[in-house]
Formats: sequence, structure tokens, C-alpha cells
Amino acid sequence: MTETEKEIIVTGNEKPRIGVFVCHCGVNIAGVIPIEDLVEYAKTLPDVVFATEYKFMCSDVGQTLIKEKIQEQNLNRVIVAACSPRMHEPTFRLVLKEAGLNQFLFEMANIREHSSWVHMKDPEGAYEIAKDHIRLAVNKARELVPLEVQTVEVDPSCLIIGGGIAGMNAALDLATEGYKVYLVEKTPTIGGHMAQLDKTFPTMDCSACILTPRMVDVARNENIELLTYSEVTDVTGYIGNFEVTILKKPHYVDQEKCTGCGVCIDHCPVSVGNEFDLGLATRKAIYIPFPQAVPGQYTIDMDSCIRCGICASPDVCEPEAIVYDDEPEEIKVKVGTIIVATGWDLYDPTELKQYGYGRYPNVITGLQMERLLSSFGPLLGKPVRPSDLKEPHSIAFLQCVGSRNFREGGNKYCSRVCCMYATKQARQYKEKHPDAEIYIFYMDIRAFGKGYEEFYESAGRNYGINYVRGRIAEVREGEDHKIIIRSEDTLLQQPIELEVDMFVLSCGLEPRADADKITSLLRIQRSGDGFFMEAHPKLRPVDTLTEGIFVAGVAQGPKDIPDAVAQAKGAASSAAALMAKGEVEVEPFFAVVSPERCIGCGMCVENCAYGAVELVEDRRFGTIASINQALCKGCGACAGNCRCSAINIKGFTAEQIFEMITGRF
Amino acid sequence: MSKVVFETEDEEEVKVDKDWKPRILAFLCNWCSYAGADLAGVSRIQYPATVRVVRVPCTGRINPFFILKALTDGWDGVVVSGCHPGDCHYISGNLVARRRFALLNELLEFFGIEPGRVNFMWASAAEGERFAVLIEKATERVKKLGPNKRFLKKW
Repeated sequence: MTETEKEIIVTGNEKPRIGVFVCHCGVNIAGVIPIEDLVEYAKTLPDVVFATEYKFMCSDVGQTLIKEKIQEQNLNRVIVAACSPRMHEPTFRLVLKEAGLNQFLFEMANIREHSSWVHMKDPEGAYEIAKDHIRLAVNKARELVPLEVQTVEVDPSCLIIGGGIAGMNAALDLATEGYKVYLVEKTPTIGGHMAQLDKTFPTMDCSACILTPRMVDVARNENIELLTYSEVTDVTGYIGNFEVTILKKPHYVDQEKCTGCGVCIDHCPVSVGNEFDLGLATRKAIYIPFPQAVPGQYTIDMDSCIRCGICASPDVCEPEAIVYDDEPEEIKVKVGTIIVATGWDLYDPTELKQYGYGRYPNVITGLQMERLLSSFGPLLGKPVRPSDLKEPHSIAFLQCVGSRNFREGGNKYCSRVCCMYATKQARQYKEKHPDAEIYIFYMDIRAFGKGYEEFYESAGRNYGINYVRGRIAEVREGEDHKIIIRSEDTLLQQPIELEVDMFVLSCGLEPRADADKITSLLRIQRSGDGFFMEAHPKLRPVDTLTEGIFVAGVAQGPKDIPDAVAQAKGAASSAAALMAKGEVEVEPFFAVVSPERCIGCGMCVENCAYGAVELVEDRRFGTIASINQALCKGCGACAGNCRCSAINIKGFTAEQIFEMITGRF
Repeated sequence: MSKVVFETEDEEEVKVDKDWKPRILAFLCNWCSYAGADLAGVSRIQYPATVRVVRVPCTGRINPFFILKALTDGWDGVVVSGCHPGDCHYISGNLVARRRFALLNELLEFFGIEPGRVNFMWASAAEGERFAVLIEKATERVKKLGPNKRFLKKW
């Protein structure tokens, strides 16, 4: 605000003086709709005392123009005909505030997203719609009344769902700033997928070396309450005041008593496939996912346990930590903000039958290759062929498996990491086996990050990795479980046939299979690709459409580690911004009851999902509905059902909506 | 200009211009369908220029009076669109609305309002394409019915 300007008092009783500001949005609107005509049309509408246009209303000049005209023309209602209110309503409300006008005496007419952009080939139709949207806005504006902003307190605590690299970084940032963090992870350890990786591109630093110290930091931090092997089962409340129910699954091992000595695993007779090693190695029924797991206490997998009782004997478990009748525990916490960092699942290539995954033993996924290459993996970093446990001499990688696929099934998007991880794995193998033959079949190589292009260049030049442009048409098994590949080298325009020892499918990333559960729990949205949707792709990349809930990491869309960490830090900083202030302004759109109309039927009580309505006895009006404004979210389920029209929603009153409906021509 | 003739239940001939664009009023919930319509815009998906949008917080806010008023006031069609059942931003507002509109549909039929004038649908914030398709379909239905004249006094 430049200087204190005169305040315009609006009571709602004076004659409306409406100003209409039409935005060109460069050519976005002006390229389709004749702006001059629109301004002239606006001037003909009743109570419009002023109308003008400008190239970019949201710019500094545009905002100043609105401010000046409010003062000069004594406007008491303002309409901006431009983009979606979801984009710039807050911007323009602030302009009104700075001009001394109540910020809720503002209405937007959406003539971009709902007109010029969707009716580009029908300019006349777009013009008609734009005119109508302005008229509807003017009609509503006439009925606008000033409202007071409400503030709610923001609890200085954050729930983070998912303990991967994104969730951990967000947790550490928030904890360092002094906020209480509840970090909920559904598996018995934090670390996420990054713990499964051996080295990271393009720096080739060991994943565990950068990850495990962070895991320990998380566990050690006083402000972080680590809830592993737990799941969020219910979330109620709203920004600043979420009530979260968390289910702690039973470990069947007393986590306080267990010292993590590991004697039990030597004695447990049950061996099952280890999820962490993607079935390439086994674990016992009592286990920790991997040796560096945090926390380091053991868990019994009751689906596999035969309850032989060996581990429970005091000779085996000295601290007597085994509890076979362990029960799930439910805890309730109150948090001010929530960060969703639930990560990803690997695309399952079984459905792409032509590549033979699941049929031929020597066809594996990229993540399995990662475990084979890992120095703390089942083979201590010396990959072998699954069929005969011999070191492969030749390996072929196929890119874009389940990604960038518009025909065969799988996903349409690019998973962003596969080009680089295949290159990295190929280089790793070549480092130890310089004679090996490596082929990477690709569509395009996307080496977009910092240092990635150099990394890729060097792979071809210095390591002799063969990049072949072309999709693979056919894969079959030859003698000795070798894989025979038929493809076309589209650069040489020649068909090729190749026999390799091992075939690696560079599978893409997918939304979590249970992502739906999170969407309905938190009432956030997913975009077309299934990942959680950000509030704005460019300007609000870590916010969800639900206030107070943020998203980080691959949960929002495929990304590599640096990007996931950057987004996690962004989400943490956005959550901290809310909590640092301690309170947040919420739109004062609440339900209000007209007691003289209310007959006390109680329909509203039944329809309210928040328990905000109750029937009370009033001395003058008898039984009437009463709204608890602290609980009311302004959805209007009560008002929509009120047969007496006794309930109204501020900001969306029946009068305002009726005006929009009736002022048709 | 070519003319297409439609017959209504009243056996009255309604002459509809092929290029006639119905005026449809759409009530869109703020969290799903309004955002979905925005996404259609951002993705530049083209659909017929027939809908005027009224933003409401939730489909639960929509009082049946609004829809009746729109019809008696001469809008050719009404579209109501909200979050998918189960995905409501306000927990259950769209379910309340669904129950209400199931009843309203019967009332509208009793009033003699042609089925197809009032269209209830769901479109999420991610379904810009679906929103456009649904608007296309609603437009087709209303177009077939011709202008909304049941509430017009014949002199």
C-alpha cells in the first residue's frame, strides 16, 4: 500500500456504483473477443458507472488503475472480467483493500478459461458468453455486502505422510524450525525407495551414504515423532486444526524392549521373499527390511509366521521382547498442516507380454537391477543372471517401459528418471566389466537435469555403451536362457537381431496403488495421470486444492531425487509460513439463519457433515436452527435443503444467485 | 438456412434453427467442476459456446428453487456439476445434493419439464476433457428439445 487512502464505507443500503475492468490478458482474451465492444456493453448495464480495459489487469499498472478509479469514481462494487477467480481473486481483493474498499465487494467474470480459451473457433459465441458472464457478475455485485475476514489459529504442528526422501527432508526442515512433526510411514522403516538404490546419477555418490545419516537425524530429532508401520485412517477438521487418527500396526515385538540384536533371525525357521530386495533374496518371518533400517527394531510378519515360539524363548530373545498377542493401537493427534509425500510404485511390466517379464528368468526390472548392483544388496554388487547365477557378458536395457505409451497400455507420461538410471546402471556395470557389451534401446534420451547431459555423453564416449534408437518388437528366449531381441535401429534404418545374457526393463514410476485412499481421506485431487494435483502447475506447485495440505516428491508427479528434495523443502517452507504466522485468514463464507423464517424442522442438522448446526429454543422465535461458526465450512448443504429459505450462505446468498439467474437478457 | 423440425409432447411444432445456440446455466462447485472447467480452458479444449457459469461452494448449496427459477426464467437448460460421489470437498455435500436432485427430477417430470433440460453430472478438477464432453452432450440434448417455452404465456 502506497499511502493511507480514504476509506469507503459501504453499508449495503446506498446505491450501487459498479466499476467493470476488462482485461485483455495479452492476446489470450483480446485475440478472440473484441474488448472495446465488451466495455461498451458493460457500460449499458444498470448501476455500472464506469468501465474500462487494460492489457494486463493483474500487473502493477492494472492494479493501480483499479485503485485510482475506485477513488476517483467512488466505486462501491468492483468487477474484473479476466481469468478464473481461482487464479487472481486474492490479488484483486487485496487491491480493493488497499483502495479502502471492503475486499468482498468484488466479483470476477471469468472470460478466459470459460470463454476465450474454450471457444477460440467461435469468436461470436465467446463474445456472447463473455457478455453474459459480465452481466451475471454485475447482477451478483449489486447484492454484495461487506464481510469481515475471519482468522483461525494454526496449530504449530505438521503431519507428514510418507517417510521417503521427500517426507524426511520436509520433516527435518520443519523440526529444525521448531515445529512438531508427526512422520507417518506405512512400512517398518523410513528411507523409502531411495534406500533401495545403489548409486545416484549423475554424481555417482552412494545412495545409502547420503540417505542413512538423514534417517538417523530424523529418528534422533526431538521434534519429530516417528510413527513407522502406521497408517493414517481418518482426517477431520480444516486448515490449522486437523484432527488425525493414526493406526499403529502391531509389530508383535515390543519396540521398547527390542535391542535390534538380530539373534532371532538366526533361529526363525520361516524364509519368505524380501520385499526390499524385490524377491531377489529372502528374509525371515521376524525381520527388519534392511540392515540400516530406522528404527532398528524387529517386526514379525504374521502372515508368514507359524508361531513356533522359538524367537520368544529367553535363550533367543534375551530382553523378552516378543509379544504374540500385540494389538493395533489407535492414536489421535491435532496438527495445523499436512504434507503428503507418499511416493510411487514401480510400473509392473507383466502386462506388456511381448517383453517376457515373468516368463523368462533373465528379464528383470530396472529396480531389480539396482538391487543386484547394490553393494549392500543380495549379491553385494556383483550382478548375475537369475537363471544360472553367472555374470552376464551382454546386457540390453529397454527404455520407456510403461511410460510414454499411447498404444500398448501403461502410462502416457514420461517418468523422467529411467533414461538416467539405465545410463547409470550401464556405466556401473561397465566400470567393473570393461569387456561387457551393453545396449540401451531408446526412443529419445532425456538428460535434462544439471550434469545429466554430460553424464550421458560420457557414457557413450568413455564407456562404450551402445545406444540404439528403436523400440523392441519381439523378445524370445534362446539357448541357455539367453534373450533374443528383434528391433529396428531407426537411425541406421536397419532391422537388428541381438542375443544378450540379460534384459533389463527400465520401468517407469506410477502413482501408489492406494492413492485413492489418500484422496478421499484428505479430500485432495488427482490429475489425469493419477498423481496428486497441485493447486496451480506453476505458481502453487506444492499446494493442494485443500488449504493447509501440501504435496511433495513423486506423489505429485515423477521426479528425480534433487527435484523431490527441492519440492519437499518447498512444501515444508509453505507449511512453515502458515504456522509461523500462527493464524490464517479464511473466507468468511458461513451459514446464517434468519430466525423469523426458521420453523425448526431440523433438516439442516441432518445434512451438516460438520455438526455445526443444532436446534435451540429461542424466547422470541421458538425452536430454531443455530450455526456454530467455528465449525461451519460454508458448504451450504443446509441452505440448499431449507424449504423456508431460512438459511443463507454469506458470499453465495440466495439473493445473489437469484439475481444471477433472473437477470438473463 | 436449413431448418430442422422437432415435435414435442404437446404435438406442437417447434422449429429449431440448426445454428441455434441454447443458453444453458451451469451451477459448478468451486472445488471440482469449476476447476475442471478451468482445466478445459487451460488445455484449450473446445466445446460449444452455450454455458454460463454460476460458481457455488458445493452442489449441496444448490437449492432446487435455483433450478426451477432458471427454468421459469427462460434458460433453455440447466447443468449441475460437482465432485464425484465420495470425493466431496465438504465430506458429503454432493451426496446430499444427489438425494435432493433425485427427488427434484421426479418433480420436474410432474411439472412437465422435458427430461434433458436439467442435467446432473460429475466432473473432477482433473477432468477438463470430461467436462467438455459432458457440456457437448448436454448441449445436444437441449438442442433437440428446442427453446424452453413451457413457461411462456401464449397470447
